[in-house]
Amino acid sequence: MQKRAIFGGTSLPYLLLLPQLFVVAVFFYWPASQAVWQSFLLQDAFGLNTSFIWFENYSELFADAGYYRTMMTTGVFAVLVAGLSLSLALLLAVQADKSIRGAGVYKTLLIWPYAVAPAVAGVLWIFMFQPSLGVVAQGIRAMGWSWNPLLNGNDALTLVVLASTWKQISYNFLFFLAGLQSIPRAVIEAAAIDGASPTRRFWTIILPLLSPTVFFLIVVNIVYVFFDTFGIIDAMTQGGPSKATETLVYKVFFDGRLGGNLGSSAAQSVILMIMVVGLTAVQFRFIERRVAY
Amino acid sequence: MKHLKLLAGSTLLAATLLSTPASAQIEIQWWHALTGANNDVVVRLADEFNKSQNDYKVVPSYKGGYADTMNAGIAAFRAGNAPHILQVFEVGTATMMAAKGAIKPVHVLMQEAGEKFDPNAYLPTITGHYSTLKGEMLSFPFNSSSTVMWYNKDAFKKAGLDPESPPKTWPEVFAMAKKLKAAGYENCGFSNAWATWVNIEQFSAWHNLPIGTKGNGMDGFDTVLTFNNPQLLRHLETLVELQKDKTYDYSGRTNTGEGRFTSGECPIFLTSSGFFGNVAANAKFAWGNAPMPYYPDVSGAPQNSIIGGASLWVMGGKKADEYKGVAKFFTFLSRTDKQIELHQKSGYLPITKAAYEQTKSSGFYKEKPFLETPLLELTNKAPTENSRGLRFGNMVQLRDIWSEEIESALSGKKTAKQALDDAVNRGNKLLRQFEKTVSR
Repeated sequence: MQKRAIFGGTSLPYLLLLPQLFVVAVFFYWPASQAVWQSFLLQDAFGLNTSFIWFENYSELFADAGYYRTMMTTGVFAVLVAGLSLSLALLLAVQADKSIRGAGVYKTLLIWPYAVAPAVAGVLWIFMFQPSLGVVAQGIRAMGWSWNPLLNGNDALTLVVLASTWKQISYNFLFFLAGLQSIPRAVIEAAAIDGASPTRRFWTIILPLLSPTVFFLIVVNIVYVFFDTFGIIDAMTQGGPSKATETLVYKVFFDGRLGGNLGSSAAQSVILMIMVVGLTAVQFRFIERRVAY
Repeated sequence: MKHLKLLAGSTLLAATLLSTPASAQIEIQWWHALTGANNDVVVRLADEFNKSQNDYKVVPSYKGGYADTMNAGIAAFRAGNAPHILQVFEVGTATMMAAKGAIKPVHVLMQEAGEKFDPNAYLPTITGHYSTLKGEMLSFPFNSSSTVMWYNKDAFKKAGLDPESPPKTWPEVFAMAKKLKAAGYENCGFSNAWATWVNIEQFSAWHNLPIGTKGNGMDGFDTVLTFNNPQLLRHLETLVELQKDKTYDYSGRTNTGEGRFTSGECPIFLTSSGFFGNVAANAKFAWGNAPMPYYPDVSGAPQNSIIGGASLWVMGGKKADEYKGVAKFFTFLSRTDKQIELHQKSGYLPITKAAYEQTKSSGFYKEKPFLETPLLELTNKAPTENSRGLRFGNMVQLRDIWSEEIESALSGKKTAKQALDDAVNRGNKLLRQFEKTVSR
């Protein structure tokens, strides 16, 4: 059976693509090229003195031990947030997929946090965990643990990881639930009749059939952790204490906008862009092979 | 939006028709970063100026926090539509100064506009921060404050201390904080906001110690940081020691920890004198303030404190008659009655000697002594090379690096000595980078 429609000539397809290409060029390629150009310049904040310095911005970054530390922090942060939010969301989705009383309310409540803006989420969490005034922090202290995200880097990192995870669970939950509901009941029921336990059904039937969703969410979550957690970090820790919660994207903001060092900031965003493009490419190349569509 | 413009336009038209028959008013854009009660002060000052004459109209607009406002101004300059007046916080001073061509120095502005302008009428510790070494004013000081020590009088009573004699020296602070801690303030005997402003910048000026060479950067961008001296090291080492049992407890880099004083958690708290409005509104206990403590064995201490806050920069590339309006506005702001109003209503420091003298002789400080504390600190002694102020490029990042190192020391990741040396070395790297950018 022939599925494809064949058009004669090449002008019509290109014409149809044109609006999309225009949008991509204006909103992605043009700003990206500006960033690449800026990363080769040394310029004061006002743009009065500009000189072309080739790769000096890059070489300075790679000579800076702090930059590697920020990369490490970002890596740890990414693995923790993506891992936690994916596994928790999957657990919640599998539970919600069962026929339980009040499933509608349960689902709605789980989706709510997604509607909260990252900065607001950050402020919410700060209110709970602020060492001297926060309700939760007082509880933790009452139990005899010392809790001080203002000075203790691990406490601060835990805090931003928790807030970022909480924020992302809803999104993942939504997709997992949709994925679960599209799995044919007959397959699962057949396995159940054959005597497969719920755990076995999950690992051998549900998860493989869910793999396209898992793959998609891994890609989206990595992008989320790299870029969208900025608001949470800015509201909660501003990258502190002593850079313990500074991720790559926060450093771009800090050096460029607050520090006025546009060249280095641009160089960092180019590196970040390459990293995320590379990471996504790797995911498509290697993980997608194991996905059964 | 269109309706709003139309409305504004027609009101303006009506106003022009009614008041000034001939010439149209010249608009002067003023971008600022003040909120709440301080925003009201800005709006009222602009209103009063607009009513006092018919040729110019000052239009204030709020552009977000200090960093946002500065960035908005810079972005607008790059796009060719900068405001006439831009409020910039004191840490942005070196960046603005280095941007020759983007700014118009205030002394040049006043001279060109033919406005009467006497630099000696202003308080030197305040204007010195924003002037060249020759005393030429570069930007116009607007809201200035200094560090003072706020204390909880009720807590002092509870700990058996005299609420009317706050500690004068650091050893006294440590001893009293221990007593306060024993009296129930177990999480925080004393603390401070603005980690580096209080513990490095003000500390150095108050003890007549240099932060860097070249008069703390005022004499040139080739300045080198030198604040890893034994006195500052001892101070940091003591704080690290006291952090262990929470006699001292760190409250963060900016002023977000100030609530720990007003909530009654920290009975002694060093922060800006501008904290006054907040304390008056929120503290449910008797409070007072006192000058910053000092180490009595450091010769020359206490010297004088330095200021924080913001100043008004005039942006370059505007028309001569617009500059004339800006100059007239600055003359208006310098008027003794306006400065007195600004000082007494907002708690910011007056910038002219006359305004200070008049407030003093009116007996105002008898009622509100806490508003004079920062002025007493600023005028304690004639400023030296170490206490005129500081002017380092990349100051926002410098403060951040210093905070990081203080945090590393307080959390025990590094020794105080290592942290202080690293703060200096890493800071110097940034200073060289700034020097390279501005001298190319």
